[in-house]
Amino acid sequence: MNSKKIVYPYIPNSEPQVQKEMLQEIGANSINELFSDIPEKLLLHKKMNLPKPFLSEYELKRYIESILSKNSTCKENINFLGAGCWQHYVPAVVDEVIHRSEFLTAYAGEPYEDHGRFQAGFEYASMMGDMLEMDVVSIPTYDWSQAASTSLRMSCRITGRNEVIVSKIINPNRLLVIKNYCNPNVNVVMLDFDSKTGLADINDLEKKISNKTAGVYIENPSYLGSIESNGAKLSEIIHKAGALFLVGVDPSSLGVLTPPINYGADIVCGDLQPLGIHMNYGGGVAGFIATRDEKEFVSEYPSRLFGIAPTENGEWGFGDVMWERTSFANRESSKEFVGTAAALWGIAASVYLAVMGPEGMQELGKGIIQRSLYAQKEIGKIKGVKVPVFQAANYSEFVVDFNNSGKNIKEVNKALLKKGIFGGKDLSKDFPQFGQSALYCVTEIHTKEDIDKLVFALKEVF
Amino acid sequence: MKTKLRNYHAVCWDEPIIYELNRNGERAILVPEVDKKITETVGDGISSIPKSMRRKNAPQLPALSQPQVLRHFLHLSQETLGIDFNIDIGQGTCTMKYNPKIHEQFVNSEKVAEMHPYQDESTSQGLLEIMYKTEQLFKEISGLDRFSLHPGGGSHGIYAISSLIYAYFKSRGEEDKRDEIITTIFSHPSDAAAPKVQGYKIIIIYPDDNGCPDIEALKKVVSERTAALLITNPEDTGIYNSKIAEFAKIVHDSGGLCGYDQANANGLLGITRAKEANFDLTFFNLHKTFSSPHGCGGPASGIVGVTNKLAKFLPVPVVDYDKKNNKYFLDYDRPDSIGKVKDFYGVIPVILRAYAWIMSLGAEGLREVSNVAILNNNYIMKKLLELRGVSMAFPEHKHRIEQVRYSWEKLTKETGIDTEDIQRRIFDFGTHYWTSHEPWLIPQPFTIEPSESYSKDDIDEFVAILGQIVKEAYEEPKKLKDAPHKSSVHHIDHDVLDDPAKWAITWRAYKKKYNGYFQRK
Amino acid sequence: MYKIGLIVNPIAGMGGRVGLKGTDGRKILQKAKSLGAISFSPKRASAALKPLSVIQDNLKLITCPGDMGENEAISCGFVPDIINGIKSKETTFADTQKAARILRDRGVDLLLFAGGDGTARDIYVAIGTTLPVIGIPTGVKIHSAVFASSPSRAGELSLLYLQKKVHKLREVEVMDIDEQAFRNGIVKARLFGYLKIPYERRCIQGRKLGSLPSEEIIQKAIAEDITEGMNNDFLYIIGPGTTTRAIMQRLSLSCTLLGVDAVYKKEVIGLDLSERELLKLVNKEKAKLIITPIGGQGYIFGRGNQQLSPQVIRKVKRENIIIIATYNKIVSFKGSPLLVDTGDLSLDRELSGYVQIVTNYHERTVYRVKF
Repeated sequence: MNSKKIVYPYIPNSEPQVQKEMLQEIGANSINELFSDIPEKLLLHKKMNLPKPFLSEYELKRYIESILSKNSTCKENINFLGAGCWQHYVPAVVDEVIHRSEFLTAYAGEPYEDHGRFQAGFEYASMMGDMLEMDVVSIPTYDWSQAASTSLRMSCRITGRNEVIVSKIINPNRLLVIKNYCNPNVNVVMLDFDSKTGLADINDLEKKISNKTAGVYIENPSYLGSIESNGAKLSEIIHKAGALFLVGVDPSSLGVLTPPINYGADIVCGDLQPLGIHMNYGGGVAGFIATRDEKEFVSEYPSRLFGIAPTENGEWGFGDVMWERTSFANRESSKEFVGTAAALWGIAASVYLAVMGPEGMQELGKGIIQRSLYAQKEIGKIKGVKVPVFQAANYSEFVVDFNNSGKNIKEVNKALLKKGIFGGKDLSKDFPQFGQSALYCVTEIHTKEDIDKLVFALKEVF
Repeated sequence: MKTKLRNYHAVCWDEPIIYELNRNGERAILVPEVDKKITETVGDGISSIPKSMRRKNAPQLPALSQPQVLRHFLHLSQETLGIDFNIDIGQGTCTMKYNPKIHEQFVNSEKVAEMHPYQDESTSQGLLEIMYKTEQLFKEISGLDRFSLHPGGGSHGIYAISSLIYAYFKSRGEEDKRDEIITTIFSHPSDAAAPKVQGYKIIIIYPDDNGCPDIEALKKVVSERTAALLITNPEDTGIYNSKIAEFAKIVHDSGGLCGYDQANANGLLGITRAKEANFDLTFFNLHKTFSSPHGCGGPASGIVGVTNKLAKFLPVPVVDYDKKNNKYFLDYDRPDSIGKVKDFYGVIPVILRAYAWIMSLGAEGLREVSNVAILNNNYIMKKLLELRGVSMAFPEHKHRIEQVRYSWEKLTKETGIDTEDIQRRIFDFGTHYWTSHEPWLIPQPFTIEPSESYSKDDIDEFVAILGQIVKEAYEEPKKLKDAPHKSSVHHIDHDVLDDPAKWAITWRAYKKKYNGYFQRK
Repeated sequence: MYKIGLIVNPIAGMGGRVGLKGTDGRKILQKAKSLGAISFSPKRASAALKPLSVIQDNLKLITCPGDMGENEAISCGFVPDIINGIKSKETTFADTQKAARILRDRGVDLLLFAGGDGTARDIYVAIGTTLPVIGIPTGVKIHSAVFASSPSRAGELSLLYLQKKVHKLREVEVMDIDEQAFRNGIVKARLFGYLKIPYERRCIQGRKLGSLPSEEIIQKAIAEDITEGMNNDFLYIIGPGTTTRAIMQRLSLSCTLLGVDAVYKKEVIGLDLSERELLKLVNKEKAKLIITPIGGQGYIFGRGNQQLSPQVIRKVKRENIIIIATYNKIVSFKGSPLLVDTGDLSLDRELSGYVQIVTNYHERTVYRVKF
């Protein structure tokens, strides 16, 4: 009747004899005595109704892998999806470092026993600082949307104002996060875009900006791919109104695109995922925020900031920079919250940048633009398909207009899927003004043959 | 067998900052070249960018070769103390437990890593199934009805809960009336900080003499302005609030909601649930109780659970199962949703590890996890309280669940050695501990949480280490004052980090302010 | 060259060992001596000087003759400068005050003093907050927050301050306790003044989550909350303390740190008001009273608050009393309730129970009050 008690590999003291010894030392008869604080009526008197476990590692592995095998990956297919998560090549050294047990399983130690973690964090901020040409970069937050949301709230705290202007050409899901985060104290006003260029509408900005505006947020390149060309003009208008200029960027583009600080950005944010982090089905995202090294900005970061410090033996030491807010000008005075976010992805990004180096990042950006231009050119040759849609330059993403093709995006993508190709993201719901259009993404992982395959497959659809 | 103390020394590479290893022109990787045909067709690409937007100078990243990059970062990893390396029971509230290595094989497989979130759902059925089944597991573990896997950490989960609470009252036209959230001083600080972002006013309850949140105080502050109670239970002291159901009733009677912060769930699995305590919302840290590694501070996951009446407000999308067609799908059709709190669907690798962990243990295994967590905690509690100078917060309250907050107050009075001196000395033995969140209500605190991953011998070793340090505190205090002696670095002078003129958060900032080694420019 | 001043009150602490509370007054002192009390204030002072011996060669120690500092300094191996004009034996509080002024004028970086509350009051009377000080605990009754947790801690903190490893200062309360009443078991506490002490940062940052903002910032946040909620229909009576002062600063109004002030429609209508003046005001207008607990025991109304008499409090009414305090202040009560002792027992009963203390912007802490 009594089956042998299971001794679990992850639970050393599940072994009955050692339990007996420990109970004896405590002076208790059973473990149940030890949680007598929990009232009888709150105790679960039945076993939880969970599936039968896979006790052996072998069976667990077979089970999990059997489920995962139902996935068809971007390696098994050719992927042209972007829209906030991008497929780039992850150098082997990056994975080697972040798979290291020490980095993978460390947490919240001090800069003594976790000296390596602090130094890695400092180097991450430093290398991001070089890409952005900014002197202060935060420890990673959850994702770009959180970084943008926090940047907007920071702009409110710094200026003492409660209204922000946000570009319409951002990922609609990002807008949902921002709206929720600004709710209910911060008023979000939407900024139109020029439908010809896909760039921020300067006239609309001039109309909507006022002395209530804390910050104006655009993305460059925009969600629909256009590289902003009016940076200086935007900066002028924004700063004249006493507001802050916030720009969201894909950091992989900064090898060839100028850092936003050079056209007046005050706070820059974005996602680290393109820098050496696998897509992980959207689970590889991590946000960053960067500003100038001025105490009005530094004191508004909700997150930790690591700084470099001397030690008594002349080594490099590290610690947290602590500076305090001195103004409480308005209701927006809570400094948000800080918690465990995405530090390991920060280390991945720093290894990636160190591996790529200055030349690698330049070559990366250049190659992506070239491949993207090539794809646009070749796809544009297909009858009934229009690309480019905007009169603007692109980085890796561009819109393809299928309105005259006789097929909707759903049908196109289904047909492509049959050929082992993931077509661009369907924009018809989020941007109905463009009808049946899709957002395509080309990066350094696409060879000429991959692009040619896409073009050929598209031709076959129509 | 008397426990032998190790003659430990941390790895000490005296590693330069990576920029000091720079050698112009070196390459650590070569990037795939663009096909000649492409260049012929479209040119150099850069010319297509408006001039004002072209990067003028190369980014000032360090240039190294591949072996040098690897070596540098491996040095840094060796100077980091991961769970895998030590008896990591000193980081109370963090639930530092074994992160099974088999999980790494799952998350590193291409079937996870090379998946794009916007792929056609027919190609991602495996991950959708994992997400759906994970939710089902947690429904049973918590007793609640619906989960969102989105939030990227515990504090993020609390923030999401605050948004759900707001949406709930907005739907009833009460969002302006109900603007207060009640929490306790020993709950996680984010239980107060995150709702503030949502615009809530916070009321904090202090413990009674027994170490539990004061229920009489709760009665005094609950009103028709109460939106919710957000409470961690057991609290960071390790004390389980046995009146938790009464707390919930008092708040519900006034029309408020109850949110259960389950950061400290490791001692409750299969023993008691949010449902039986009548809570409406909860969250779990998958990177604590549910075995996903902490990653130096993330990626993490704080999945949120709710009862049916709040389910419609959850962020989009949720994962559902179409029984008829045997398909898992992402459901965006949720008009009452608060929108989103996170990009995409959640931190997939972390969720996958939690799923695998639960599936490897089952209901009995989870129960054993908590049984042993409680056993380990009570065992070490007995031994630590036998050490000279140690006391427990709220000593008259005898019971603790999975962790304990202790105090060195007596030792400090008798020797002048404080908790931070001991903290620096314990690094010399290959482990560490954590004190407490601020404010330090308990003087000279330290918080110990021996999760189920540690053996009796492990615990005995940790106790022996502290025993040795206590001895030194009374007999050779200087050893502690000057500690650490065997760390990767010597005493750090944190002075520069308070002064805007002196701090440097990046290397470029450092070069602007200093020459050589902290020589002011 | 570091410069530190040292004043030792040689009789502080003598009472405690023989069961007396304090040594104010010649009579008590004689009684203590007759009971065999020996002065051990000097020994404590020496313990405080020990940590400073590492910078001995670079340190100019200026002190008073004889048992008011010279003896202790020499016994620790220092070669002190002795100031003129102070007796070397049988010194009184006047000597303490004089010495403090002289040391300040001699340009010391820091004044280290050994004694009890009485000594702290003398230092305050002499130099106020014009010079940072650190108290070496020796006396029995220590209600003032100017004292370090132990003599050696006082020395360590002095060292850190001189070496500029600690440079932030904060104001701490100096208390006046009615000695007679205290000896009879009654605590009558009054805020006497403020001294400035170095604010100690810890060596380990312990920043799992980032730090709690400092005292000053929290006071500003509380002030923001209070001023945001100010109702122009009410008269506001502002009690003594640095936390309440932050409110006046937020409104850009002058105030008295130790006295009770009145504000109406965000303008000052009275400073350092007496009980009569307050009663006149509250009889005319409906009023709110903003107070902060004073001293280590957490009295919000002690018998020492003469201006805030039971009549004034009753007129204001319990629901119009707003209590404010920072986290550090609350932590200093070590879990003990706040106390009220107005002198009117039935009023005390009314005021006891639970109160919501404003502890941050849009944040309240529920705390017990007992009588």
